[in-house]
Amino acid sequence: MYDRLFQKLCFTAAIIVPVLLFAILIRMAGSSAEVWETFGFQFLFSSEWNPQTEQFGAFPAILGTLLTTGIAMFFAVPLSFLTAFFLNDAPDWLRRPLSQGLDLLAAIPSVIYGIWGLFILVPVIQKYVQPFLLDTLGLRALPFMGTDANGFGYFTAGIVLTLMILPYISAVMRDVFRMTPTLLRESAYGIGCTRWETARDIILPYGLRGFLGGVFIGLGRALGETMAVLFIIGNVMRTPTGIFDSGTTIAATLANNFAEADGLMRSSLFALGLILLVLAFLVQIPAQYYLAASRRERGEG
Amino acid sequence: MKEENNGNSLKPENRQNILPHQNIFHHQKPLKKKPIFWRKLKAGMMETLSLVVLAVTLGGMGWILASLLQEGASVISWSFLTEPSKPYGVPNGGIGNALVGTLLITLTAAVITVPVAVAGGIYLAEFGKGTRLANAIRFCANVMMGIPSIVVGLFIYAVYVIPTGHFSGFAGSLALGVIMLPLIMRTTEDMLLLVPDTQREAALALGMTRMRATLAIICRCARGGLATGILMALARVSGETAPLLFTALWSNTWCDRFFTAPTANIPVLMTEYTTNSPFQELHAAGWGAALVIMACILVLNVTVKVLCKTN
Repeated sequence: MYDRLFQKLCFTAAIIVPVLLFAILIRMAGSSAEVWETFGFQFLFSSEWNPQTEQFGAFPAILGTLLTTGIAMFFAVPLSFLTAFFLNDAPDWLRRPLSQGLDLLAAIPSVIYGIWGLFILVPVIQKYVQPFLLDTLGLRALPFMGTDANGFGYFTAGIVLTLMILPYISAVMRDVFRMTPTLLRESAYGIGCTRWETARDIILPYGLRGFLGGVFIGLGRALGETMAVLFIIGNVMRTPTGIFDSGTTIAATLANNFAEADGLMRSSLFALGLILLVLAFLVQIPAQYYLAASRRERGEG
Repeated sequence: MKEENNGNSLKPENRQNILPHQNIFHHQKPLKKKPIFWRKLKAGMMETLSLVVLAVTLGGMGWILASLLQEGASVISWSFLTEPSKPYGVPNGGIGNALVGTLLITLTAAVITVPVAVAGGIYLAEFGKGTRLANAIRFCANVMMGIPSIVVGLFIYAVYVIPTGHFSGFAGSLALGVIMLPLIMRTTEDMLLLVPDTQREAALALGMTRMRATLAIICRCARGGLATGILMALARVSGETAPLLFTALWSNTWCDRFFTAPTANIPVLMTEYTTNSPFQELHAAGWGAALVIMACILVLNVTVKVLCKTN
């Protein structure tokens, strides 16, 4: 009697998760309905954001989100692979403290990354990195460098995001390295492969799905990150012209404008939230698929 | 999978056609011969590079922690920790109310979420194991872990703050609870699955009901793991800021109206003090608050590590 009740109770608790998931999606869609009625899909491609004339468009924010995420992934993916490569072969006394250091990096709250970025990293980027890249290396001639170069902007946000998502991707990649059958690796060593050749030609293709899963996990985190980006993106609502420009992202726009929003503006902020949610779903679904596939391949679950 | 591809060419009837100099892996490009010193040099370079990358990454972390200590340590004092925050210009402002607020918001979130999440985890591991429904729920939980926290904040704003008409600490708890739910549920499931089936069979053979077996035997076996999962989820959400911006907001008072008014908390205090004010004094207080919350999170993480080791 109590037993049946207990099982029902557990089932009810478990079913809350999918219910919440759909509730979030429906609520976001519901609260942003006004925007879709007013602007239609034009909302996605318009770059005007003017509370006075009640004209709203999501294009700069969407592009900014994709740009910062792109910069972060550009740095984080190869770097995570290299850290996983090193930690896999490192001796035990070295591997344990270093892995725990990486785990700790993941434990730092994003708002602390934001404060550090704002007060410490932005001046460094402005004073040393940007002059070095633009003038000393002469990269100013490239068309995608942007015009502001004041330390704030997509590039700096991308760097901070790299630090934030690297431990997540690296953790998944370390697992994949560890789970590759010893037989495969030792065969590679046996025919004379170096450690790097083994990692690149044997482990990378073998664990490709696991690696992709890790990449998508990092991608998901970078897309939705708010506080770290909010502090250093510059918060200007305009379409980016280059990586050193100040700009905004979806999450930063939400955090920045929500306090004074009502009516159509609040509704467009909900619409931005809906776009972010859909982007997150689009990233999470392949991530879960690849991770599950790689677990199956290795015979777990 | 490699054996399947090459299986045909190794069958006896094909084998006689292979001359010694032919490459039997027809589908592959013939290997180019590279000098050994070049390969060794490349391997050495990549190994050095990977060490450098790791050093730079951990150096970045060291830089963050060092800045926290350098900028924040000077403002930490007893009165800083116990006095409530005050508007700019009023002396002796502290973070006492924000500390209490963060504690209150996080613990309320835990009280609401932990029973639900653990029960959900029990369902996934014990009752629904292997069924299609349980797989679907697990998939939803994994996806939910990937939802940006700011969207969760927006959701609670829409379903709780707007209908009740006011920001409140309790709304913040709800938002953090939604974030914690899938985290705790999944670790619970994983930890329960680690308990060997013989324990379940032994318990049921003694005539226990499933409920008694689950609660008295299996959960007890896995209690270290469950505690670890809960602590990790707490550490994860105690620094969450974005969802609190739309729910708990911020105030200078003690948290006497937790359910009906904006409630002070550390993350939003840090945001307010560092971005929305030009005053050096408030910046320093923001760094101090950051140092305090970082220390708390470190303690939680070390506790988890120690718990893991004893189990």
